[in-house]
Amino acid sequence: MRSLNAAKPKDALSNSNLLFLIAAVIFVLMYGFAVLRYPGSFLQFQTFFDLFSLNAPLIILTLGMSIVMIGGGIDISIGAVTGLVTMACAVLLESGMGSVWGAILLALGIGIAFGLLQGCLIAYLEIQPFIITLAGLFLASGLLTTIHKDPINVTMADFVSLRDFKIVIPWLGTENRLGNFIPCEIKPGAVVVVVLVVLLAALMKWSRFGRNVYAIGGNSQSAMMLGINVKRTIFYTYLLSGLLAGIAGFVFIMTTGAGNVGNAAGFELKAIAASIIGGTLLNGGVGNLLGSPIGALTLLIINELIRAAGVQSNFQAIVSGLLLYLFIVLQSVVMSLRGRRKFRIALPPWLQPPWLQGKKKAENQG
Amino acid sequence: MRRLKAQVSHLFLPLSVLVLLIVINLIKGADYFSITVVNGALYGNIPNILFGASELVILSIGMTLVTASSQGQDISVGVAATITSSVFVLFVLNAGNATLLTIVAGFLVSCVAGLVIGVFNGTLVSVFKVQPMVATLILFTGGRSIAFMIDGKLSPILANDISNQIGTVIPGVPIQTPIILTAVFIALVAVLLKTTNLRLYTESVGINPSAARLNGIDPKKIIFLTFLIMGVCTAVAGFIAVNKAGRHDSVNLLKLIMMDAILAVAIGGNALSGGKFSITGSIIGAYTIEVLNRTLLRLEVETETIKAFKAVFIIILMVVASPVVGDFAAKALRWVRFRVDSGTVPETGAPEAAAASDPDTPAKKEV
Repeated sequence: MRSLNAAKPKDALSNSNLLFLIAAVIFVLMYGFAVLRYPGSFLQFQTFFDLFSLNAPLIILTLGMSIVMIGGGIDISIGAVTGLVTMACAVLLESGMGSVWGAILLALGIGIAFGLLQGCLIAYLEIQPFIITLAGLFLASGLLTTIHKDPINVTMADFVSLRDFKIVIPWLGTENRLGNFIPCEIKPGAVVVVVLVVLLAALMKWSRFGRNVYAIGGNSQSAMMLGINVKRTIFYTYLLSGLLAGIAGFVFIMTTGAGNVGNAAGFELKAIAASIIGGTLLNGGVGNLLGSPIGALTLLIINELIRAAGVQSNFQAIVSGLLLYLFIVLQSVVMSLRGRRKFRIALPPWLQPPWLQGKKKAENQG
Repeated sequence: MRRLKAQVSHLFLPLSVLVLLIVINLIKGADYFSITVVNGALYGNIPNILFGASELVILSIGMTLVTASSQGQDISVGVAATITSSVFVLFVLNAGNATLLTIVAGFLVSCVAGLVIGVFNGTLVSVFKVQPMVATLILFTGGRSIAFMIDGKLSPILANDISNQIGTVIPGVPIQTPIILTAVFIALVAVLLKTTNLRLYTESVGINPSAARLNGIDPKKIIFLTFLIMGVCTAVAGFIAVNKAGRHDSVNLLKLIMMDAILAVAIGGNALSGGKFSITGSIIGAYTIEVLNRTLLRLEVETETIKAFKAVFIIILMVVASPVVGDFAAKALRWVRFRVDSGTVPETGAPEAAAASDPDTPAKKEV
C-alpha cells in the first residue's frame, strides 16, 4: 500500500478538480460516442461550433449559476431575467428610438438591477436565496408579459446586420456534395462565451474575490472568522449572476433576433443541471468554472444525440432525466468514497495481485 | 400558556398577512364573506378559497416535513402528483364501470405509485446524499413524459358520476368534497404528529444530522420516511386535482405548484434550511397564497401583471419577516422608548443613562 501512495503525487486532487475531471472525461466520452455513431455530422467542425453559437446564452447563464452555487446560494431568476432582457431589447429596437448600443446598455442595466435587488436582500437582509430569486423569477416574467405579449421580430437595419454577422474561418471547413468548399462560421455569441469563460475562470481561480467565494461556500462561519467580508462577497456573486443574465439576454436576441414570451423559459433548471454535471455542488465550496461550459455542452450533446437517434420527443425528457440520474449518482458515490478515505485510484481488491491483498489485510488488522 | 404564546408569535406573520388581505378585500367590496347556497351546497369567496387551495395545502404539508428533515426542497411535487394521478386515471378507465370500489382501489394504487416516487427521491437524498433539489430535478425533468406515456394519449377524460362528485359536491352535503378531503387529511397528519415521535425525530435530524445519529436516531431512515410521506401527499393531491379537472392533462396539471408549496412553507415561518417546523404555519401560508391570487384577480389586476404584483408582495413580506429587519426594528423601538422615557429628565442626564442602556431598563422604569 505504501508503494502505491508514494507513486501518487503529494498534493492529492481537490474535490473541485476531481469533479471537473469526471465532467471532462464524460464530455470527451460522449463526444467520442457521438462521432463514432454519427460520423457524418459530428465530425464536422461546424457542428461543434454550432453547439457554442446556438447555445451561448445557456452557457453564459451556467457560468453565473456556478458562481452563485460555489458561494453556497442559488439563483433561479436568471432564465426569466434573460427572457425579460430579450423582450425589452426587442421592444426598444423596434420602437425606432433606440440604437444597438442603447439595447446593450438596457440589457446590462436590467441584469444589474435584478442582481442589485436580489443581492441586497439576500446578503444584507439574510433572506433565503431560493425565495428571493423565486420572487425575482415571478417579477421578471410578470414584467415580461406586461411589456409585450406577442412575439416581435426585430427589423432594425443595424441590428439585423449584427444578427447576421458571422466570423468566417476560411481555412477550416468541409466540402459539400457538389464539391464546393463551405468555410466554418462562428457567431459573435460564441466569442462572448469564450471571453467570459476565460475571464471568470481566472477571476475565480486567482483573484481574492474568487477565493473568498470558495471559502464562504465551504463554511461561511469560518470564512467570517478569517476576516472575509461574507456579506459583500455574497452580494457580488448575485450581482455578477444578474449581470451575466443580462449579457445572456443580449446574446440570446443577437442569435435569434426576436423577442418572445417563451424566450429562455426553463433555462434556470437547465443551468442548474449543467452546473451539476460540470462538477459544481449545490452545497457550495466545490466547483470549477471551466467545468460549467463542459457541463452545459454535455447536456446539449445528450440532447443532440437523442434527437439524432430519432427518439420520440417524450422519451427525450425521460432519457435526459436518466442520464442526469447517472451523473448525480456517480458524483455522489465518488464523493462519499473519498470522504471515507478508502478511495484510491487503484484496482478493486478482488482484482489486485495477491501480495498486495495480503498487505492490505495486515494493515486492516493492525 | 407560554407554549401557546410562542406558537401565536410564530404564526403572527402569516396570520397578519391573511388579515391584511381580507381587509383589502373588504374595502373592495363589503360582501366578501357572503355565502350563497346553490343546489344545497355552499358557494362564496371563503368556500372557493378553501376549495381552490386544497392541493396546495396538502403538498405544503409534505413539503414542510421534507424541508424540516432534509434541509432542502422537493421540486418534483407537481410532476409526482401528475404521475400518481395518471396511474389513478389508467386504473379507473381500465376497470370499466366506475364504482366507489374501483375509485378507492385506484386511489390506493396511486398511493403506491406515490410511495414508489418517494422511494426513488428518498433513496437519492438519504443514501446517496444528493441535495434534495438536485435529486428531485431528475423527476422534474422526465416526469411529465412518464405521465404522458402512462396516459397513452393526450388528456384522457374521467367522465363518471363518482369522480365528478369527488371533484365538486356530493348531493346532500353542503360543503365541497375537496374541502372535506383536505380537512380529513390535515386531521390525519395532526394525529400522526401528536401520537408518534415523528416531529421530535424530524426536527432533531433537521437541526443536526450528526448529533441525531449520535443520539440513536438514524437520519437516513427519517429523511427516507419524510419522502415517503411526501409521496402519499402527492398521491392525495393528484387524486383531488384530477377529479376537480375531470380530465388528466399531463402537461399542465399542477404546473409550477412546487414554487407555491415552497413559498407556503416559507410564509408559514419555517426555515428553509431545516429544523423546527410548524405545519399550521404552512397550512395558513398555503391559504394566504390562494387568497393573494384571488385578491389580485378581484382587484382586476391584468392577468399579465399578476405575477409581478405577487413578486413584489413576496419581497415585501420576506423583508418584513427577515431577522435583520426584526432586530433593527427592535433596536429602533428600544431607542424610541428610551428617548421618550429620558425626555422627562434634563439633557445632561441623558449620556449617563445611555451608557447604562440595557434592553430591560425602560421596562424596569415603568414598573
